[in-house]
Amino acid sequence: MTEPLMFELSVDGRRGYTLPKLDVPEIDPTDHIPAKMLRKELPLPSLSEIDVVRHFTRLSRLNHAVDVGFYPLGSCTMKYNPKVNEDVCRLPGLADLHPYQPEETIQGALELLHRLELALGEICGMDAFTLQPAAGAHGELTGLLIIKAYHRKKKNAKTKTKILIPDAGHGTNPASAAMLGFEVVNVKTSERGGIDLDDLRAKTTPDVAGLMLTNPNTLGLFDENLAEIAKIVHGVDGLLYYDGANLNAIMGWSRPGDMGFDIVHVNLHKTFSTPHGGGGPGAGPVGVKAHLAGFLPSPRVLFDGKKFKISDKHADSIGPVRTFLGSFGVLVRAYAYILTLGAEGLKDASSYAVLNANYMMRRLQKRFKLAYDRTCKHEFVLTGKPFAEKGVKTLDIAKRLLDYGYHAPTVYFPLIVEEAIMIEPTETESKQTMDEFITAMEKIADEAMSDPEKVKGAPYNTPVTRLDEALAARKPDINFFKRRP
Amino acid sequence: MGSYLPHTQAEVKAMLEAIGVKSIDDLFAEIPAELRLNRPLNLPAGLSESETVDEMYEMAGGNYGTTEMLSFLGAGIYDHYIPAAINHLLLRGDFFTAYTPYQAEISQGTLQAIYEYQSLICGLTGMDVSNASMYEAGTALVEAINMAKAQTGRSRVILPETVHPEYRRVAKTINTQMGIELVSAPSEDGVTDLAKLSEMVDDSTAAIVAGYPNFFGSVEDLEALANMAHNAGALLIVTADPIALGMLTAPGDLGADIVCGEGQSLGIPMSFGGPSLGFMACKEALLRKVPGRITGATCDKSGRRGFVLTLQAREQHIRREKAGSNICSNQALMALNATIYMSLLGREGIRDVANQGFQKAHHLKKELAAKVPAVSFPFAAPFLHEFVIKVPNAKKLLGKMVKQGVLGGVLLERWYPNLKDHLLVAVTEKRTAEELDFFCELLGGLTK
Amino acid sequence: MNPPNLKYTKEHEWARIEGKIAVIGITEYAAHQLGDVVFVDMPHVGTKLEKGKTFGVVESVKTVSDIFAPLSGKVVRKNDELDADPAHVNNDPYGKGWILEIELSNPAEANEMIDAAAYEKHCETCGH
Repeated sequence: MTEPLMFELSVDGRRGYTLPKLDVPEIDPTDHIPAKMLRKELPLPSLSEIDVVRHFTRLSRLNHAVDVGFYPLGSCTMKYNPKVNEDVCRLPGLADLHPYQPEETIQGALELLHRLELALGEICGMDAFTLQPAAGAHGELTGLLIIKAYHRKKKNAKTKTKILIPDAGHGTNPASAAMLGFEVVNVKTSERGGIDLDDLRAKTTPDVAGLMLTNPNTLGLFDENLAEIAKIVHGVDGLLYYDGANLNAIMGWSRPGDMGFDIVHVNLHKTFSTPHGGGGPGAGPVGVKAHLAGFLPSPRVLFDGKKFKISDKHADSIGPVRTFLGSFGVLVRAYAYILTLGAEGLKDASSYAVLNANYMMRRLQKRFKLAYDRTCKHEFVLTGKPFAEKGVKTLDIAKRLLDYGYHAPTVYFPLIVEEAIMIEPTETESKQTMDEFITAMEKIADEAMSDPEKVKGAPYNTPVTRLDEALAARKPDINFFKRRP
Repeated sequence: MGSYLPHTQAEVKAMLEAIGVKSIDDLFAEIPAELRLNRPLNLPAGLSESETVDEMYEMAGGNYGTTEMLSFLGAGIYDHYIPAAINHLLLRGDFFTAYTPYQAEISQGTLQAIYEYQSLICGLTGMDVSNASMYEAGTALVEAINMAKAQTGRSRVILPETVHPEYRRVAKTINTQMGIELVSAPSEDGVTDLAKLSEMVDDSTAAIVAGYPNFFGSVEDLEALANMAHNAGALLIVTADPIALGMLTAPGDLGADIVCGEGQSLGIPMSFGGPSLGFMACKEALLRKVPGRITGATCDKSGRRGFVLTLQAREQHIRREKAGSNICSNQALMALNATIYMSLLGREGIRDVANQGFQKAHHLKKELAAKVPAVSFPFAAPFLHEFVIKVPNAKKLLGKMVKQGVLGGVLLERWYPNLKDHLLVAVTEKRTAEELDFFCELLGGLTK
Repeated sequence: MNPPNLKYTKEHEWARIEGKIAVIGITEYAAHQLGDVVFVDMPHVGTKLEKGKTFGVVESVKTVSDIFAPLSGKVVRKNDELDADPAHVNNDPYGKGWILEIELSNPAEANEMIDAAAYEKHCETCGH
C-alpha cells in the first residue's frame, strides 16, 4: 500500500485554488523589478483540490497515531489530545492575531499568556516563566543561556565551564550544553538507578556551572537524593536545571522548585497534552526562581494592575530566543487543558499515569527483564536481553508490535540499559487497552522463543515492510528534483 | 474536570492489587516528605468542556483580530488567505496525534509528506537540500549562521541592518554565545550598502546574510552579494519570504548557499506569531552540516518505495555533545500545513498570490503618492508587496487608525531610531481595491 | 580474518606500513560492530595526524564512532571512493575500504602497534 508522490499526480493546467479577480490596474513587473530577479520557472506541481484532499487523506491513513491506537513511546508522553483544544485555538480573536498589533487590541491574548505563566509557576514551584521557547531542546538552550548569564553577572563566566549531565540523560542535554561551548561531564547512574552521589561529589569541581537533571529520570525513577544533590551542586555555586520531560509523573505531588531546582523547562506537548503533530510544534516554556528572573528572555508580558504590556526593558535579560512571544497556538491549547483539568485533575493525571506504568511494569516483568526493579513513576525500562539467545533483538520485538496494531515503545534509550524497551502508557489509557497490549507482548515473547525468524522478519501487516536505512543514508534521495536514478 | 481519565474505581482497585500495593499514595512513597507538596495546587477547580469553551471565548473576545480589523501589518507575518481544505486535512488525528516518525513502517504518511515538503522547499529556493523544518525564522537563521561557521572554520558573520531586526536580536542572543562575532552593515536607499559592505568582507568572514526581500520590503541584488561573499571564501545566507519566491528568481540561482526563513505565509494562521514554520535549505556541499530531521526515499524488503528518517548520525540523540545542533521536535505539522498549501496553490497559485500582492502594493503606493500629500516614500529600491512610508506623528496616527478599525502598519522606530515616523506597510492578495481606497482616504483625512 | 602483514591498535584501526608511508583503515571487527557504514568523514590531504588523537568519524545508520590515528603523520591521499560507496568499509575493510594514506613523521611509533594475533586476543575481551 503506497501512495504516489504529489509530483507524480501533477497534471499541467490543473489548479486547486481560487483568487479574487485582480481589482487594481495591472502593471508590468519588469518595469519595477530587474529582469534577472524575476523568476522564470517554478517547479511546483499542479493539482486540483480533490487530488490534494485525497492525496493527504490517503497519506494520513498510512500513519499510526494516538487517535488510532496505543502509543506507549517512553519519554514522549503520548497522551490523548482533547478535541476541544483544537477548536479553541482556532477561534477568531486568537488565531487571527498579528504579533505586531498594538497592545490595546491584544489584551485578551496577553492576559492568557500571563495566566499560563502563573499556572506553570504554581505547578513547578517557580517564580517566573517565559513562554518563548518553541520546544524542549529550545528550552534547554534558553536555560543554559540563563546559567551563562548568571555566572557572567558574577564575573565567573571564564571559570564556570562545565555542565554535569547524568549518563542516562536525553541526548538534547549534552547537545544543548555543547552548542554554547560548555564542556559536558557525564555523571554515573547508581545501582538503584539514581545519580551516583560519590561520582557527583568527585565531579562537582569549582568550574561546574550547573547540572541538568530529569526527575523522575529517564529510567522512570524518582531520585530520592535530590536534596543532597542540590546541596552538592549549589555548594560550588552551580545551578540546577530541571529537564521537564517527565513532569507528567509528579504534578500536584512534588515540584521541581521545592526539590532545589533553579531553572526548569516544561514540554507542553507532553505533560499539557498539546498534540505532537508528527514531530512538532511543541513548546518548552522555561521557569526560574526569583533570583534568576531578571535573566529571562525579553520581551516579557507584564501586568501593571490595569493593563497587560509587552515589556522589552530588562537590562540583565539574555535577549529574545525566538521571534515574537512564543508558539501562541500551542500555549492556548495548554492553557485550555489546565483550565479543564484544574488543580485536582492535574494531580489525578499524574496519579493515574504512575498507576498505569506500575501496573504494566509488574505484569510485563514476568516475561521481560526489568532494568531496575523498584516502584516506577510514569514509565519504566525493560530489556530485550532474554531473547538474545534466539538472536531476537529489541528492535525485532518493536517491529513485531507494529503487526499487532501498536506503536512500539522507545527502544535503545536510555543508553545505559542494554537492549532497552522504555514504556510510558500515560494516564489516558484504559486497563483494557493495557491488558491487550500486555497480551501482545506475551505472545511476542512466546514467538521469540518458538519461532524467532518470524519476529526477526517483522513487520508484515504494515503499509511497507522493513526499510533499507543503509541505502537511504549511503545514497541520499531527499529531494524529488534531485532524486536517485 | 475533563473526561480524559478512563478508570473506574473497580479497575483502579484491580490494578493496585496486581501491583501489590494498597493505594496510589504507596506508589509515591519514595518521595521524601520534604520534597512533597503537602497541599493542593493553588489553581482553580476543573471545568466542564462547555465552561472551558465559554472561558476561551471570553479570552478571545478581549482581542481585536484581523477578521474584524483591516490589516496592513506584515514584517515577517502576513495575512494571506488560507484555503479551507488545509484545516480539514490538518485536523485528521492520524497526522496531528502522531509523533516524530521513529517507526517508519507505520509513519509513511508523515514521512512522505516531509519528503514532499523538502522537495517543494528545494524547488522554491533553488537549493539541493532541505531539512524537515525549524521552529521559526529567528532560530533558523541562528542555525544557518552556525552552519556557516562549521563549514568555513571562520567565526565572523555580517548581519546587515536590512535583515529583520528580530532575527538579528535572536542571533545576538544565541550565536554570540557560541563564539560567533556578528557585525552589522549599513543600508542605503532601503537596501544593503554594497560599497560599505565590500570594505567589511575579508578572509575572516564566514558569511554575509541578506533578506530577500529584506525587512523594508526591498529586493536586494543577491547576485552581487553572493559574488562578494564567494570571492572572500564566505557563504551567502538568505532569509526569504516563500510567497515572494513565487515571483523572484530562486536564491539558489543567484548564488545563495543557505536559504532559511519564515514559512508562515504558506497558509499558516498568524496566531500571534506562532506556531509558525522555520525553513532551512542549502546546497549539496552543506548536506552534512544541516541540523534537524531529514527524510529520504528508500525501498522495503519487497522493493516498494518507502521513506525513512535518514542521515541521523548527525543528530543529538546519537552524537550527543558532538552534534552540531540540539534540535529534536521541530514544526512537522506546520510543515505539513505549508505542504498542503503549496500543493493546492501549485505552480500558478504561488505566483498569482505573489503577483496580486505586488500589484496591490504598487497600486496603493501610487494612490498614496497621488492623494495623500503628507506621505513620503524614503526608498526607491524595487519592492514586491511591502514598502516603507513616512508620515508625520506616525505613532499617534496608528492609534487613530486603530479606532477606525485599521491596523495601519508596523512602526520602524522601535528598531531604527533614525527612522522615526516611518511605517512598514504590507499588502496581501486579501486586500481589495476598496480597502486600499479606504486606507488612502483615512490616512488623507487623519493627516490633513 | 585480520591479515598478518598489518599492524593494529586496540582502538580497532589497522595500518599497512611500507617505509615512511602507511595506509590506514578500521578493522573488520570495528566495521561489524558499527553495522552498515553510511559515511566516512575524512580529513583533507595535508592534515597532520597525531597518534592516538581522533582524525575522523565513521557513521553507520544508528551510531557514530571516532577514528583514532594509529600513527602520526601527514595525510597524502584519502579514499574518495568511500564518498560514493561507504559500504567498502564493511565489505572489504582491508582492501577497498582503506581510509587514508599518511606519510609518517615518527615511523618508530609502529613498534607500539600490535600484531594480528595480539589484536584478535584483544577483540575476544571486547564488548561481551
